[in-house]
Formats: sequence, structure tokens, C-alpha cells
Amino acid sequence: MTDLATAPAAKPTPHVKENAIIRFENITKRYGKVVAVDNVNLEIREGEFFALLGPSGCGKTTLLRMLAGFETPTEGRVFIDGKDVAELPPNKRPVNMVFQSYAVFPHMKVADNVAYGLKMDGVDGGEIKRRVEEALELVKLGGYGDRMPDQLSGGQRQRVALARALVKRPRVLLLDEPLSALDAKLRDQMRSELTSLQEKVGITFIMVTHDQDEALAIATRCAVMNRGLLAQVATPADLYEFPNSRFVADFVGSVNMFEGVLDKDEQDHAIVRTQELSAPVYLDHGVTGAKGSTVWVALRPEKIEMHKRPEGSSPMKMEDAPAGTNVVAGVIRDIVYLGSETIFEIELESGRRVRTFRSNLTRYDQEDFTWDEPVWLAWHACSPAVLLS
Amino acid sequence: MSRVAREKPGPLEYHRRWPLQLIVGATFFFLYFPLIILMVFSFNDSRRNIVWQGFTFDYYEKVFKNAELIEAFGNSLTIAFFCTIISVILGALTAVMLWRFRFPGKTAVEGAMALPIVVPEICMGVAMLVFFAKIMPWPSGMPWPLNLGAIIIAHVSFAFPFVATVVRARLASFNRELEEAAKDLGASEWRTFWDVLVPHMQPGLIAGALLAFTLSLDDFVITFFTAGPDTITFPVKVYSMLRFSVTPEVNAASTILIVVTVALTAIGLHLQNQSENKKLKP
Repeated sequence: MTDLATAPAAKPTPHVKENAIIRFENITKRYGKVVAVDNVNLEIREGEFFALLGPSGCGKTTLLRMLAGFETPTEGRVFIDGKDVAELPPNKRPVNMVFQSYAVFPHMKVADNVAYGLKMDGVDGGEIKRRVEEALELVKLGGYGDRMPDQLSGGQRQRVALARALVKRPRVLLLDEPLSALDAKLRDQMRSELTSLQEKVGITFIMVTHDQDEALAIATRCAVMNRGLLAQVATPADLYEFPNSRFVADFVGSVNMFEGVLDKDEQDHAIVRTQELSAPVYLDHGVTGAKGSTVWVALRPEKIEMHKRPEGSSPMKMEDAPAGTNVVAGVIRDIVYLGSETIFEIELESGRRVRTFRSNLTRYDQEDFTWDEPVWLAWHACSPAVLLS
Repeated sequence: MSRVAREKPGPLEYHRRWPLQLIVGATFFFLYFPLIILMVFSFNDSRRNIVWQGFTFDYYEKVFKNAELIEAFGNSLTIAFFCTIISVILGALTAVMLWRFRFPGKTAVEGAMALPIVVPEICMGVAMLVFFAKIMPWPSGMPWPLNLGAIIIAHVSFAFPFVATVVRARLASFNRELEEAAKDLGASEWRTFWDVLVPHMQPGLIAGALLAFTLSLDDFVITFFTAGPDTITFPVKVYSMLRFSVTPEVNAASTILIVVTVALTAIGLHLQNQSENKKLKP
């Protein structure tokens, strides 16, 4: 079903190596009867910026804390750099963590915070001083060494936490919801700083987040988790364009989902009929499913075109689909203007509501769509994703 | 007058209504007037000390020449000193244990720990008397300060629960991620305790120490029952002096005790403020 020719280009990642630096083997974690992590197998390559993505309670944080050594798996094995770390306590592991609350020691100066890990390792004084300064430069906090943490802003405290973890030159840096406590503007800025920082130091970064925007923007690869299970592991673009399940399609980005029946499945095309759409959905590729089986069609809002529908006009035809497919009639019921784009909510003949986005390319909308206006909705044969589960 | 002051008092601004101002005034009067009288009459040049006769330092001189009183004062300070140290250590460890761990009978331990705070002092006193007289007599004739052992033990037993309560309240605001961060950076359990948990507990430890010190210094009831003939403390001595007559000497001794307690408390609070200010200023 994945047509690689149409897949968007992946980020260039020359610093990612082939070897797996982290390997989870059949990892299960139970708390009493609750299964937090359910038989997870996952490899993370050296140099990756990897994101563990999922709603709260999906087990992503538990997985991260297993790497740090704060949780032990009930079953299965965790390898860091090829070594089974089951017996290693947190203070003996070659990983360091940036905590959600940053956990900067409030009674120590910034420089002492950053030096703490090196002191524990018995690094000598001169070397500590040099490396602390270097680390503070790296996170753009040069000259802040003598401040106390409560004289810093939230963003600066996070940089201290980053410097404190990176100064130990860990094999892997773990980040627990690194941007959740920052305000929107700062979050955008930190996103790009985190990626450039990661490229600069070349260390594997593993981030836990519930924010799909964040994961898509930063990570080279993401694992989406749901109820302790790995739902999909893929690059951000593949995750968005080729989700493997309804959960992933729905969790990552916005989507219109239709339940239907697989009517025709050939080598080069397939047709899905659904009661929610007045026209069948035509796809320009085959689907590996039994004819007559229930499938779901996922259609991203920005991939739906909207056209005027004058009274009595006949349905338009999409150039890559047979007449009468991939076009449905509807009426605009709601318009949400967001500045860069506008969201339209359209009611179909079946009563089902569908969302579509339009970029506001000009300052005046020439077509001037308005409330209760009849429209045609149409999409290309390559746009819908067919989901079997 | 400023604009704010002329406005009508808000529903909860009771400090600006006369009935409450009156009550507050009365409270301060009954609390502090006797103390002030006590201090003023310590300078009274009269043996009977009923009417003001004239100013003198004589009785302070007498106090300092009264070897028994000075010894009792020394005993009290020594007992308070040891009681404070032991109570802070014991209280802090108890607080950390109750905060950190879950174990069978935890609620029972918590309840038992709070008991010395609620049990009437007189009962504690009698219990201590019976205990040290019958069950585990403290060896008599021990050299100073070992002869104070029984009183120190008795004081610790009622002072450390106060320390534990204060420290535990402080621990409730501890961010567990700090502890994990220290471990993550390579610290052992023990280093984590000293480098992260103890600094966080510090204000609680200081407050607890002040409490333990003042509780021990001015305790009368329990001490009265535990003290032997050669281990008189200051409050017990003052009481015994009172039995003969209320001379200005008693007033002078009490004034000294008040000044010492207030001064020590002020020093303690000052130290605490200083360590907090250090955090704010570079």
C-alpha cells in the first residue's frame, strides 16, 4: 500500500549510524494488573533524534524511565550499546536525562548544577571548570554560571538541565516532555534549537511527548504508542501520510475518517464504498485486503478540494479518477478563520460533517465562500489512506 | 490620609473594624503586660516586691552570685543543647522514613509518634518518674553532664515528634525528580540524601531545632518529675525559689531566661533568612 515514489523526502540525517544503540526486547511492564508496556520490541539507531509519542498513560514515559533505570521491566531485556542494563542502577548508566520539571537543584549555582555529574564521576577540578564553561556556551548560557536557578526564566532553567546532562557526554540523552512547560513562542524556538544542538553534539536523543506537532517537527523517527503497545514506528512524514491504523491516523494530525467496505481490489486500483459518502472512493493503488471486508478511509483535511456548486450543476470530475468517484456534494456549515488558513466544516448529504483546510493565499478570498453555501468536495485518487484496523 | 484608608473596610478586612481591634488590643495587653511588669520589677529595690521602691541592679548581681541558680541555668542550657541535636536527628530521620517508605503498621507508627504531642504533660511526667525510678533507674552520682541523661532522654521523647512534624510538612513540597536527577548524574543514594534532600529539609530542620530548644529550655512539668536532687534545671529552681517568696531575684532570673530565649530564636531566624537571601542574591 505504501507507494514510495509519492512519499515525501525524509530529513537528511548524515549523523545517523546503522547500529542500534538502544534495543528493547519483548519489554513488558505490569503494575499489579495494569499493563503499562505490552511486549515492545524497538531499536533506536545511534545518532537519531527519536520521539516516543502517544496520549497520556500509553506507556511512553515508562519506556523512557526504563532506559534511565528508574523502572525495571517485568519481562524482557533492555540493551544500551549492546549491553544488557538490567543490573545497572541509574547512576551507573551511560545515559542522562532532562526531566519534565527540569529538576535543577535550587540550592546550587548554575555552574555547580552543571558540575554536579562530573564531580560524582571524580573528574578533576580544572577539567570540570573547563567542561562546565563549554557546556554553558553550548546551550547559550555563557556567563550565567554564578546565578542561582530562581533568577532564571523557565527556558533558561531548561538550558541548565540540558547542559547538566550533556556535560557528562552520555551515549544517549533522554528528554521527558522537554517543551511542555514553555510558552508557545519559546517552544517554537526551542524546537529548532534542540535539533541543531543534537546535530552539533551527535548524541542520540530520545524524547517523550504527547504533542504530535512537536514530534513531527523535531524527530527523525517516531514511535507512536497506544495502551502500552507500539502502534507504528516511522519517520514523521510516513507517520502522517501513511498511518497504519485508525489510531495513528487520528492521533497524528487532523483527519476525516469513513468506515466502508472494500468493493474492488486490483493491482493498480481499488474502490471503497461507504454510506457516509454519496460517491465511492477510488484509489490509484491496490489494497491488501479481502474483498467485502470492512476498511476505513482516512482523508486529511488539506487534501480535500472545495469548489462552488451552482444550483443544478452536475458533479465535477477529478482527472485521476473515473467520473462519479471522489466527488461529493455538501453545504458549508461552519468557518473558522485562523489567519494563515481557514477551516471549513461541510455537511454532506448523509448528514456527516467533513473538515477541510484552505490556505489564505491572498488577502481577499476571491471565491468568497460563505455559510450555508453549496459546494463540491473532491480529492485525488492518491490522497486517501486505507486502513485495515 | 490616603485614598485607600478612607474607603470602607471590605468584608474580610476585620483588622480595620473596632470590635476586632479591641480584641486584638486586649490579647496583646494580657500577653505582654505581665511580661513587662515582670521585667520592670526585676529592677525594683524592694525585698517584698509589691510596690515600686526604686531602681537597682542588685538582684541581677544576686542572681549571678547565686551558685545554685547559675548551675541550674547551665544544666538547662546543656540539656537543651543535647536535646536539640538528638531531636533534630531523630525527628528528621522519622520524617524521612514516614514520607519515603510504605511499611506494615505505618499508620500505627505515625499515631504513636504524634502521641507525645497530645498526651498531657503531667501524665508524661509521672510515667517518666515511674520509669526512671522503678524500671530503668538512671545511675546516680555520674559526672556532669552524664547525670543529666535521664532528663535529656525525657526531653527528647517529647521534643522530637515536633521536629518530625515540621520536617515532614517541609518534605511534602519536595520534587522527587530532583532526587532522580541526582542519581541520573551519578550520585549514590547516600550522596543524593546529603546533596539534595538535606538542603531541601534545611528550613524545617532549623525551625524544628528552635522548637526543640525552647521546648526543652522551659519545660517544667516533665523535668520536675525526672530531676534528681543534683540535677536541678532553671525552671525547677525558679519554682523552688517562689515557694519562699516572690523576690526581685526571681524576676531577674526570669528576665534573663526570656532574653536568652528571644535572642537565640532571633539568631536562628536570622541564620535562616541569611541562607534564603543567599539564594536570591548572586
